[in-house]
Amino acid sequence: MKFLCVECDRQMQFEERRLPGDGTLAAAFRCPTCGRVVALLTNPMETQLVASLGVKIGGTTLPPQPMEMVRGMVATGKPNAFQDEGERGAGSGTTWSVEAQERLARVPNFVRGMVKRIYLDYAKDRGIAEITPAVMDTARTELGLEGM
Amino acid sequence: MPLNIRTYHELTEADRSGLVDQIVAQRRRVADRLATVRRVVAVLSGKGGVGKSFVTAGLARALARSGRAAGVLDADFNGPTAPQLLHLPVTSCTLHDGVIEPLVSAEGVRCFSMAFLVEDGRPLAFRGPDTEAFVWRGALEAAALREFLADVAWGALDELLVDLPPGVQRFQELTELLPAPPAVLAVTIPTPESRDAVRRALRGAIDRKATPLGVVENMVGGPFAGSAADELAAEFGIPVLARVPFHPGEDVWENIVSKLGSSL
Repeated sequence: MKFLCVECDRQMQFEERRLPGDGTLAAAFRCPTCGRVVALLTNPMETQLVASLGVKIGGTTLPPQPMEMVRGMVATGKPNAFQDEGERGAGSGTTWSVEAQERLARVPNFVRGMVKRIYLDYAKDRGIAEITPAVMDTARTELGLEGM
Repeated sequence: MPLNIRTYHELTEADRSGLVDQIVAQRRRVADRLATVRRVVAVLSGKGGVGKSFVTAGLARALARSGRAAGVLDADFNGPTAPQLLHLPVTSCTLHDGVIEPLVSAEGVRCFSMAFLVEDGRPLAFRGPDTEAFVWRGALEAAALREFLADVAWGALDELLVDLPPGVQRFQELTELLPAPPAVLAVTIPTPESRDAVRRALRGAIDRKATPLGVVENMVGGPFAGSAADELAAEFGIPVLARVPFHPGEDVWENIVSKLGSSL
């Protein structure tokens, strides 16, 4: 998927992504010549289709987690299907606010270990000392965790 | 002024999303993981109920007993049976160094299956919008196959047997994901109906440059009449590797290993 600013005859550049709700994925692109910004809005089915391909619009800075798609998208997973290894980032001093811990506790067991690791990696990557619900929201948007 | 609309590939400026690069990286991950697998064998029939999983498990166990390193990727996500047929306990999967360890049978067969992940007695269901699920479900199952190939620590294997579900879709997904077309083992029962379904699947596999190893005729000597294996063998120029009775002994599977001999 690419966007062409027809007036400038330039390929538009990815600007940012957001998950405004209702399963919508919003990806904004800017023309490097005239600065015009357009936003692509996908419906929930289209958002799901993008997620199912295992690609992230806007790219990602974190390495893929093992079975990331299966763990993020399977709704009937066994709670104890995975025994996660020690968490990378666990020794980096990153802490979780109480609210963030409560939110994490609501994530199904099947995917919780992976989600926790993704947030820890995200925080470590950006030098964030405490993971809060706001950090989780930002990470979710930046990393393209539509299915989680 | 007329609009200068160009094609996707004509827009070549650097793109932060790098979607094509992400797909390439996914394929590379599969290729890297399978670099220590000598051969991938797709077990197919194009027809349900002919015993693909049964044959896959019997062959994998015989391979292991003969000293070869064998694995089974259970690609039948909606009806996974490989763990039971390999007598594997269904336990938690262990993550280690960014990969998931396969479960290993007492005979040494490494296996990974959706049965390890999905709750007993429940169907494989995905999160997502209720409407138009047919559009994305296939893509999710293809992605699951990719992750089963790329994210399981298969290690050094002589043979990775891929137990396919009925139909040809999963085989097509498999060939698109693998760095090279797989070998194919066709399974049929003796009937003309099965022969016709397997013929279609086998033809499709050959069209995709797969190498047919032979055909196994299952459920021989029972109520199913016909000569499907002989006819398929003659048509495709491949050997009949075994005629498997309803209650086979271990020798049947060992004969397949022996017949495949040099090709294994």
